[in-house]
Amino acid sequence: MDFGLDKKSNSLKTFNTIFIVIWLLLACFPFIWTFWGSFKVRADFFSRADWWYAITAFNTLIETGARFTKEAYSGAWFEGEFWKASRNTVIVTISVVSISLFLGTLGAYALSRSTKNYAFWILIIALIFRAMPHITLVSGYLFPFFQLQIWGILPTTIVVLVAINQPFTLWLLYSFFKTVPKELDESALIDGCSYFQAFRHIIMPVMWPGVITAGLFSLMLAYNDFTVTALLLNQENHTMVPKIQSYLGTNQHEGNLMWAVSAVVSATAPLFLLVMFFQRQVISGLTAGAIKG
Amino acid sequence: MPNRSFFWFFFPAGLAMILFIGLPIISTGIQSFYAQHDQILIEVKKCDPFGCKTSVVVDQEATSKIKEEKPLGKFNGFGTYIDRNHLASDQVSEFWSESKSLGEFIGKVGNLPFYKALVFTLTYCVIVTPCVLLLGFIIALSLNAISRRIRGPLIFGTILPMIVTPLVGSLVLFWMIDAEGIIGANLQILMDDPYLSVKSSKALTWITIIIYGVWHHSPFAFVVFYAALQTVPQEPLEASIIDGASRFQRVKHIVLPHIYPVVTFVALISLMDNFRVFEPIIGFSAEGSAQSLSWLIYDNLVNEEVILFGSAAATSIMTIVGISIILTPVLLRTWKEFRTNR
Repeated sequence: MDFGLDKKSNSLKTFNTIFIVIWLLLACFPFIWTFWGSFKVRADFFSRADWWYAITAFNTLIETGARFTKEAYSGAWFEGEFWKASRNTVIVTISVVSISLFLGTLGAYALSRSTKNYAFWILIIALIFRAMPHITLVSGYLFPFFQLQIWGILPTTIVVLVAINQPFTLWLLYSFFKTVPKELDESALIDGCSYFQAFRHIIMPVMWPGVITAGLFSLMLAYNDFTVTALLLNQENHTMVPKIQSYLGTNQHEGNLMWAVSAVVSATAPLFLLVMFFQRQVISGLTAGAIKG
Repeated sequence: MPNRSFFWFFFPAGLAMILFIGLPIISTGIQSFYAQHDQILIEVKKCDPFGCKTSVVVDQEATSKIKEEKPLGKFNGFGTYIDRNHLASDQVSEFWSESKSLGEFIGKVGNLPFYKALVFTLTYCVIVTPCVLLLGFIIALSLNAISRRIRGPLIFGTILPMIVTPLVGSLVLFWMIDAEGIIGANLQILMDDPYLSVKSSKALTWITIIIYGVWHHSPFAFVVFYAALQTVPQEPLEASIIDGASRFQRVKHIVLPHIYPVVTFVALISLMDNFRVFEPIIGFSAEGSAQSLSWLIYDNLVNEEVILFGSAAATSIMTIVGISIILTPVLLRTWKEFRTNR
């Protein structure tokens, strides 16, 4: 809304700037604070005596002799076996993204090029499936998976995450393929291509913007998932997010809070970098379904 | 596209969805009619020099045998649905006849586990959703008024709370708000109450989780509103400025009507998301005073002694019913849109 006619009063401008600054503080400060605190010892970051210790590093100086310590990181990554969890996360994320993009592009292309009624009903069913809380699906998985003895291993979780991810991927790519002109592949069909050849040679070269957006969302789902990974994987195969929860401790065993803090920072940093580079795609994906309506 | 090619293109995605979304829902439905086996008890007669005693012990062998034969448990019909941990029909009717006033009745029913979780889930939905819409809209308006050059980084900062997983987001807030964290400690000084902590009171825990919900979901509303604001036509706005409309009038009469469909879309999506609130309860370790429907299912599934499949399934089915009620308007809207598009 910035155009010549619209003269803003100075007070409004100031108010606006203050509001934005406050909001950004609220949105970002918790992450900055956690990042800062992850280089301290527990007695500082969770100080019973004085929260100011987290800044002056009072106990960190006493315990380690320096203002910053990498103790929490080395503890979590090696002793706490966070390296294993991050390896599992990498395996799960890469597999989920590639498989779900493969299935999703084929399916969404077919949906976007079909004029039949069933294509519409499939999309409606996908919408219903998308709304299902994941925990209700998990309560359906556990029993059969125990019986089939496929509980606890990575491949099961990967397949489940791919399936859970499919409805959203299908919708996103469906609305993307709708914007690719039909004439493009129709002319290829007239020239004697099969549908698959048309997809391979005509659609694939132009579909990358949509695929990148869909890929980002699959990645965020697989990377961030807690419900499925916490309940379908055994301790050995836990990915990062359930691993962080296990550091928190329960009534039965004591956790290690500083490990959790450093693990949170380690798990969040790659995600932030990714979104920094692909901000435009993330935003276009979020608004895909909404703006046209 | 002919049916044959459609089938082969769609087959892999369709199979994945049928096997891992369709079937599990059916499996949940079946499981909800079964309950875990009772333990088989036998009387054992033990004789020693001082006489004979009979005692009742669990027959481990027979119990595990029947578990092996019927792993699903015993058929329970709607028994699980109406037991004390779910709809609690007996208790509710008992309370109804016992209670003298409506308030007393509601208070008693609100203490039953299922209704307790339902009340929290609904409270969370009803408060968080409008706050998210409002905050998201205000942020979008005011970011839209800021110079284009610095908007990129500002948008990045704004969407941070949304892209982290709810567990991590709630942990990061919890570590600050907790009595030993920066905000919690300062609140103690401010309120002059050294025992003040989020965990200690039910109301404070609820408020914290609700604030977390607004913090986490507002960026989504912001992004959608911000994109919609870019499509607001300029001519009517300019005309209204010439006619002397104030800034507030312009937003109310031109901007809001234009983005109205988007507002309903965001409202319904966040309502659905909020209905499945679950991870913040774990992140804030608030199980004691705040339980949601999804958390009840999780709790049954991680039960230490025996996984309560039937109980979890019954809660799941009722959650699905709740989601379907919220979902109906979304479906109707999509249906209409689709029909008009062809």
